[in-house]
Amino acid sequence: MTDLTSLTLAEARKGLADKTFTSLELTDAHLSAIEKARVLNAFVLETPDQARNMAREADANIARGEVGPLAGIPLGIKDLFATKGVRTTACSKILGNFVPTYESTVTSQLWRDGAVMLGKLNNDEFAMGSANETSCFGPVGNPWRREGSNTTLVPGGSSGGSASAVAALLCMGATATDTGGSIRQPAAFTATVGIKPTYGRCSRWGIVAFASSLDQAGPIARSVRDAAMLLRSMAGHDPKDTTSVDIAVPDYEAAIGKSVKGMKIGIPREYRLDGMPAEIEKLWEAGAQWLKAAGAELVEVSLPHTKYALPAYYIVAPAEASSNLARYDGVRYGLREPAKNITELYENTRASGFGAEVRRRVMIGTYVLSAGYYDAYYLRAQKVRTLIKKDFEDCFAKGVNAILTPATPSAAFGIGEKGGADPVEMYLNDIFTVTVNMAGLPGIAVPSGKDSQGLPLGLQLIGRPFEEETLFSLGEVIEQAAGRFTPARWW
Amino acid sequence: MSVDAATVRRIAHLARIAVSEDEVPHLQGELNAMLAFVEQLSEVNVEGVEPMTSVTPMQMKKRQDVVNDGDIADDIVANAPATEGHFFLVPKVVE
Repeated sequence: MTDLTSLTLAEARKGLADKTFTSLELTDAHLSAIEKARVLNAFVLETPDQARNMAREADANIARGEVGPLAGIPLGIKDLFATKGVRTTACSKILGNFVPTYESTVTSQLWRDGAVMLGKLNNDEFAMGSANETSCFGPVGNPWRREGSNTTLVPGGSSGGSASAVAALLCMGATATDTGGSIRQPAAFTATVGIKPTYGRCSRWGIVAFASSLDQAGPIARSVRDAAMLLRSMAGHDPKDTTSVDIAVPDYEAAIGKSVKGMKIGIPREYRLDGMPAEIEKLWEAGAQWLKAAGAELVEVSLPHTKYALPAYYIVAPAEASSNLARYDGVRYGLREPAKNITELYENTRASGFGAEVRRRVMIGTYVLSAGYYDAYYLRAQKVRTLIKKDFEDCFAKGVNAILTPATPSAAFGIGEKGGADPVEMYLNDIFTVTVNMAGLPGIAVPSGKDSQGLPLGLQLIGRPFEEETLFSLGEVIEQAAGRFTPARWW
Repeated sequence: MSVDAATVRRIAHLARIAVSEDEVPHLQGELNAMLAFVEQLSEVNVEGVEPMTSVTPMQMKKRQDVVNDGDIADDIVANAPATEGHFFLVPKVVE
């Protein structure tokens, strides 16, 4: 039998339906791959017993002919999703041994459709980071290395565990979340496919909140088709999230292989940065030509407020985070440090429970919302956000179906290489992805090639609100042209 | 705009995060790096622009004013660091 971990989700679904192998066999193959890959630190909690029980149940259902869309498929879950009875920490010391008594809506829909949980995946603490270096469980290793080098690189972040586990063939797909690029940037760094759907497409209920007006869940997967299959189960209206949108979930997989003939693809001139590596520029051009060869029409477009998206994000996101993270007070759950009075209890607990990046962002958020500074910072940033969204609306109003950009300004870098002296250096990783969150749009990152050092690079497609199907059709064209990429096993 | 050491201490207190004296200069540097970065927003003309309140054009949904959950006091205190019965315990607040 071929190695079951090397199948795509779509191939595994067929094998399970044809009874070529069982979910238990498929699950065991992944559990053993996880054991051998502990050096990557992608999983912060392995749940083998639960996985085998879920697999047996899936096998029984399949035998009865009850085959859910993800029946028997083993997945990894980012530790930001609350899982009932299974420790959920957001990779923060402040949540300690928090064991939810409820299940997030997104994961409950995956289990409804028959999926199997392998365990919880590492991420940046509270999803704040672009390298998965801020996790209280330590950094995650990227399965990709530079050619001829033994240096461990970051997998990107914040969904670094999800991206690393999918790229290293430890799970068939993973849940992830994206507030400023946390699905698409790690997908690009690991040659996986990641989609952040339109704001409101997936319920945020039961996902540890970072910045509520920007947070969206989405999958990281081995192929565009796999991502489409996962998103179909993850998406959908949820009365428990007032920002979740009541629009029927389409069969995203049906968009795979659909003609893109006549589609207008915008190439935004503002994404051509000074000092951008020539390889990324070249790949961007190649991507445009692949789409053109498939019948799409290329048009140059302008998104004039692009350069202001990242600074506006670093006001809006920390402001919302400072408010969301006020709940970690050492009283109701998680860590509690001893103190003489209630104020000291809060201050000591939060000082020792939050890591450096989280403390910094909570403080900046507190500052920009404080009396006297609210108008100058927060209100101005929210106005700039309106302008960023309008840039996209103007572009779509001219008939543009999707926008093609690089996913990241560089390939993966070494652990500890960036952001040590100046936090802004790390923030610049999200320069191409953050605009999409600010405007609430869907965006997909698709692996598109390698740089001269053999590291993967990705392209991003940005779509109109709730037109994820267009992104899957176009993403498939890029995947067909670029091929798929698997790292050489060194772990 | 930039923050001085006194402002760093004030923000830390507002955020309820204990900050030791020797952490202040470092934090001050980092916060000022972030503030210098966001400073470029001042060059944008936002005259007459509405601040964004909702990224998707939708009415805030309102749920029916009925009880649809509850009787889960055990669940609510299950993860608390200190409880007595169904109460959270905190240091004495009222003298």
